[in-house]
Order: sequence, then C-alpha cells, then structure tokens
Amino acid sequence: MDKPKIAMYWCASCGGCEEATVDLAERILDLVKLVDIVFWPVALDFKIEDVEALPDGSIAASLINGGVRLTEHEHMVKLLRRKSRIVVAYGACSSWGGIPGLANVYDDGEFISRAYHEVPSLENPHKVTPQKTTAINGIELTLPEVLPRLLPLNRVIDVDYYVPGCPPTADVTWGAVQILLSGNLPPKGSVIGASEKSLCDECPLNETKPDKVLIQDLKRPYEVIADPEKCLLTQGLLCLGPATRGGCGALCVKARMPCTGCFGPLDRVSDYGAKAASFIASILDFQDEEAIEKVIDRLPDPVGTFYRYTLASSSLGGKARRK
Amino acid sequence: MKEIVINPITRLEGHGKIIIVLDDEGNCKKAYLQIPEIRGFEKFAEGRHVEDMPQITSRICGVCPMAHHMASTKTLDDLFKVQPTIPAKKIREMVYNVFMLEDHALHVYFLGGPDFIVGPNAPKEQRNILGVVAKVGKEVGLKVIEMRKNLRKTNELIAGRTIHPVFGVPGGVSRPVSAQEAEEIKKLGDESVNFALFTLKVFKDIVLSNKEYVDLITSDAYTHKTYYMGLVDEKNRVNFYDGKLRVTSSSGKEFAKFDAHEYLEHMAEHVEPWTYVKFPFLKKVGWKGFVEGEDSGVMCVAPLARLNASDGMATPRAQEAYEEMFKTLGGKPVHYTLANHWARIVEMIYAAERLRELAYDPEITDPNIRNLPTATPEVGIGVDEAPRGTLIHHYETDARGVVKKANLLVATQHNSARMALSVDKAARSLIKGGKVDDGMLNMVEMAFRAYDPCHACGTHSLPGSMPFMIYLYDENGALLRTVKRNLP
Repeated sequence: MDKPKIAMYWCASCGGCEEATVDLAERILDLVKLVDIVFWPVALDFKIEDVEALPDGSIAASLINGGVRLTEHEHMVKLLRRKSRIVVAYGACSSWGGIPGLANVYDDGEFISRAYHEVPSLENPHKVTPQKTTAINGIELTLPEVLPRLLPLNRVIDVDYYVPGCPPTADVTWGAVQILLSGNLPPKGSVIGASEKSLCDECPLNETKPDKVLIQDLKRPYEVIADPEKCLLTQGLLCLGPATRGGCGALCVKARMPCTGCFGPLDRVSDYGAKAASFIASILDFQDEEAIEKVIDRLPDPVGTFYRYTLASSSLGGKARRK
Repeated sequence: MKEIVINPITRLEGHGKIIIVLDDEGNCKKAYLQIPEIRGFEKFAEGRHVEDMPQITSRICGVCPMAHHMASTKTLDDLFKVQPTIPAKKIREMVYNVFMLEDHALHVYFLGGPDFIVGPNAPKEQRNILGVVAKVGKEVGLKVIEMRKNLRKTNELIAGRTIHPVFGVPGGVSRPVSAQEAEEIKKLGDESVNFALFTLKVFKDIVLSNKEYVDLITSDAYTHKTYYMGLVDEKNRVNFYDGKLRVTSSSGKEFAKFDAHEYLEHMAEHVEPWTYVKFPFLKKVGWKGFVEGEDSGVMCVAPLARLNASDGMATPRAQEAYEEMFKTLGGKPVHYTLANHWARIVEMIYAAERLRELAYDPEITDPNIRNLPTATPEVGIGVDEAPRGTLIHHYETDARGVVKKANLLVATQHNSARMALSVDKAARSLIKGGKVDDGMLNMVEMAFRAYDPCHACGTHSLPGSMPFMIYLYDENGALLRTVKRNLP
C-alpha cells in the first residue's frame, strides 16, 4: 500500500514554521518512513504543477503556515484544500494571523507610500511602485495582488485542525503528527499537539504565584532586572501566561522574559486579546481613576501587547479600507 | 515568444518564481527572478513598544531570527544610549556564532548542498536532504542532524528560544550563563570546530575533487564582477557581530569604510515595478540598471562578499581555509557566485572557532549582564552580518519608547540586483536551441541558491492595494511609456 501523502506550504510566513519542522531532527527520518512528502518548497524541489497533477483528495494532510496576504496565497490554499482530506493550520499566523496580522491596524494604501515612496533610503524620483502587470521585453510579468487585510487560514478555506505557536515547538509538532497518524482523530476544529491548560500550569515559577495576583504598577521589560525566582506577573511585568495555552514549556519565562501569548487562547475563548486585557485589568490593584489612568499611560501599545498574534482573527478586525 | 516558468523556486527561504523568455530559436533571451511576497513590517512597527522590536522583527525571518533579534537589540542599545556590559556582549557574540554555524550548516546540507552532493542533474525527488543522507551515508547524515540539533538547543538555552529568541534587552541580555552551562558549551565549541572542519573535508572530497563541478563553479555562466560589502573588525577581518562596513570594488580595492550610522550616505534603494523586492545599491556610484562593473552601484553581500571585502579571518583554521580558497580560485576578489558555497564553509570554521574562544572565556559566566538604560529614547541604528549579508535596523521613537518610524535594510535585499543578473546570465548561458529539462532548470535555480537568499527578509515591506501603472520598456530597458490608473 502507498504511504499517506502529506504537503507543507507557507503563505505570508517567516519560515520559522519550516525550521520548526526541520527541528524534528532525526524524527524526520522516522516520519518519511511513514509518509511521502509531496510538496515542501523550503526543502524539496516539487513545483505547483506537481501538486496540480495529483487527484483531488489524494493528499492525506496539508500543513499550511502563514496568514493569507496575497491572491497567490488564496489560490494555493484553495488548491491544497481541494487536494487534501485534512487541512491543518500550522502555527500562529495561519491560526490567527500572527504578527504580520498587526498590519491590519493600518489601511492597506498606507503601506505603498511607506515602503516604496517614504523610507529614507529610497531613490525613487518617479515613485515607481510594484504592479500587478508590467510589460517588459515583449512579455508581461505579473505579481499577485495584496488583499485588503491579512486573513487567518479559516477565513479562506475550511480548516480541520490547529497547531498553535510562533512557531510550534518540535515536541508540539511531533505530538500533532502522532495524532494525525493515529487515525484516532479529535473533533474537527480541535487544537492538537499542545496543552489544554494555561502556560502557568507548566511554568517553573508557578508555585511563587499567589492565588490572587494584585499589582500596583506595570513595568516594561527593559526597565527592571526581574527576580528570576519569582512569578514575573507579581513583579509588574506583563506576563500573559494565565491567558495563554501551554505546550511550549515556558521557554520565554525560563529566559526571564514574560510570555507574549504566541500559543494563543485556551479552548472556548474566541478573542484572545480581550481575554488577556480583561485578565490584566482584573489584577490592577487601584481604587481611584487617576491612578488607573496613570498605569494605562504606562502601556501605550495595548494592541501590540494583547493582540500581538491574534489581531487578524479578533473581533476588532482592522482599520477600514480607504475609499 | 515562449515562456518557461519555474514556480515556486525551491530550497530557499521564502517565495519566488523565475520567468524564462525564449526567442524563436528557443534560446533564452532574458530571465527574470520575481519575488511575489510582502508583509509590511516597516509600517506596522509604528505604534509598537520599541523594546518589543527584537521579538517582532525576528518574525521577518524564522530561518535567521537571531540576526534580526540581534540587529534590533543593538539598535535598542543605541536608541537608549546604553552599552551592554562586557559579559553581556560576549554572551551575545557567542550565541550569535552558534547561530551562524547552524544556519550555514542548514544551507550546506539541506538547501544548497544537495545540488553538489546529490548532483545538479539528479532526479528532483533526490535533490534534497534525504538524497544527501543517502549519498553520504546514514551515519554522517545523523551526525549532521545531531550537530545542528545541539547547536540549536544551546541557542534555546541561552536566548530563550532558537526560533524567535527573547534574550535581547537594551544594555545586555536577560539571563546569565551558569558555570555548568558554560562547561556544556565548551564541549559544544570543541565539537563545532571538528564539525566545521569535517564539512570542509566533505566539500573538498565531493566538490573540489570533481573537475566537472570545479568547471561549473568557475564558468562564466555564474560569474559577475560587482562591489562587495561586509562588516570588518579593526584589522579588517570578518566579524559577524560588530564593526565597520567595508566595501571593496571588483578589482579588490577598498571603496568605502563606514559606521552603520552613515548608511544613508552610502546606500540607497531602487524600485522596479515587476517585483516586490527593492534593489539597494551604492549611492556614490549610482543605480545604472542591472549591469556589473565598477561604474554600476550593484553590490554583493553574504559569505563570498564578506571574504572579498575583508583582509582575512580572526581565527587560525578559518584563516588557513580563507587563504586556500583564494589561492585555489586565482586570488582575491573571487567573482564566481557558486564559490559562495566554499566561502560559507570558511565562515562555518570561523563561527565554530569564535564560539569556542568565547565559551572558554572566564568572563562568559559573569552575572553582570545588564546595564539598565536611563536616557530618553529617540533614534537608534544597529547593524550585524546575517548569514545572508549585512542587516541594518533604524528606529525613531517618542519619549515613551513608542516607534514612530522604522526602516530596515535587510541582508538578501542587498543581493537582489546581483541575483537578478545571475539568474538571467545562467539561463541565457544554459538554455539554447529549445532544449530544456528539469536538470537545466535546476541549474538556473542554482544561480540564486548560492546566495542562500531569504525572500521573506528581502520583502519585509508591504505595499497594499495596487494602484495600477504599466511601464513599457524597449529592449535596452529604456522607459518608453507609462499608463496610470488610480494614481495621483
């Protein structure tokens, strides 16, 4: 019998999800004994026409990372959906938009002028801008168009499972692969490979966290040297561990830096940023409004703090498109 | 007229496609490397807490996240006017060399290496790491995989994470190195030097002993004479973490040497309508189009360029390998693009030796790892050498440390003009008389692959909805006419 076929593809991604897969290290050799990888541009030379030639539904699972930013991504994920029995949104960008989803706070027209007409290093007197079509040397070169907003994968195609993290760790990836290979699949829409509990549950500093955390100031990480033996939240550092799914092993906290939420929400939370912000609001220990305002002034970028990985999937949406 | 499209180009970081235009005789008349990729970091950096930039900009590239994280952290030092403590600087440089070594090893064995180790014309199912393992044997394959794993585990230990590190703070690093960890890293340093020297041996045995490969490397199809740029120390030796930017001409003379703060005097970016990547060039020479030579501002960065732009390596075995490379290839500078593969291994040896030196430095375990900033932030510029070339970050903030403007000149970008030249020249040299097969197309891809490009890095920017403009060019590239829509 043929081995099951799997495909891996990147949309508006950084390649970190590819590296995370390569970090399976010797387990990759185990994996290729069990499956055939039929498409993986970072490492293998198969082209789009090789995917197009496969019968519909012939790929057992496609792992897709990166948010959908360009028309080309839209085309590719629809192609892979048609060819695949299971589609997995792999990583934060594919699941909720990720950091490139922060682009949604600006209207898309603002980008053109910044990148191609404004930055101080440009020499572009005629304001040349990349075009959908350029006629040159008797041929037409085309570029994919930018979509008005960056979209998480599930806003474009039907998604079966989610593997969280920016990027998912090798262990989380391996856990997800085991579930997919077992044939014993959880309900559609499940997050696979990671923990069902919050990050605090696996954090080495959790035992120093009181039942009810109360803080009177917010500290930005460059302002203080954190006590490495004490819950960062109790020291006024905005550690988002309580609102964030576990699974990474508290890597950032072990390096004495707060969790920024890259494993996203726990089950049954639809808007991660709102959950994280309301949690932080609930532990601010103040009576009067003036004091609260002063603390809020200490946090000039709530979007980048609470919605760093999830803005594109949030109820906030993004800035309206200019007419 | 017939077109051949390679889509996507593979074994690189990021997206790209190649359009090969054939004339009526089936000869390649012109080939284009297009980068259909864009995300918008320079814009959405605005409004962010500046201390988050080392973690936000690392997401430009998950293959070289440490390069962005470090350039950004150094930008924070500059912005907050605070120097890292000496132990912190050593920890940063040590981790940086761990990263350079594992990243170069990725290219040698996973991305570029298969073209030589398995063969440029091998069936495409085999031109990959699995083919490499089959060729060199499982034992050697596992050794490579194990070495990269240990290097990346060490980065995770010290930097918090290997993909998207978190340890960079203005004035230092977030965690010290314990005495026990230092013992482990010393062992890793010893193994790393052996591993890098072993890699050089593999390269010599498989590539240099094969006349066909050497002829390919030195063939005109893969040769360009351009300027070269890289960071150098006070003795003009290659340095990845810090130094001055040095530019040498195609005849090997020093053309410029400057501090990153002066980058705007020396570098500018050109825009083309047919690709999202911008084309940096030497401002004092000027943009003369896609042409090589000393009158053209086209420059080259990354391993071969760094070696060409320096006077040597700061460690003994790397210096030996440096001298051997230049001697074998006919002296400095070397203009063969495919010699990047060799230069990359010379740099692996340097990274391993420098990592070992720092691991054995007693100060590496000093707990004094942070200087807390006190100045009000305003403007900062930081630089390092990413595996794929010179990387510059430049931020402006308000007094609360919120980013107002960001500009990023990213490694792969500096090579974008020369890469366009390379793909075009390789295609024109190889594709003749309508004869095209998969191996030949792979040999066209080898012309960009040698640079180890990262198009996610190259196109960190994002334009947005397309105003529409058609540029009509004649065969010499002169602009004939433009047709505009939705543009002011």
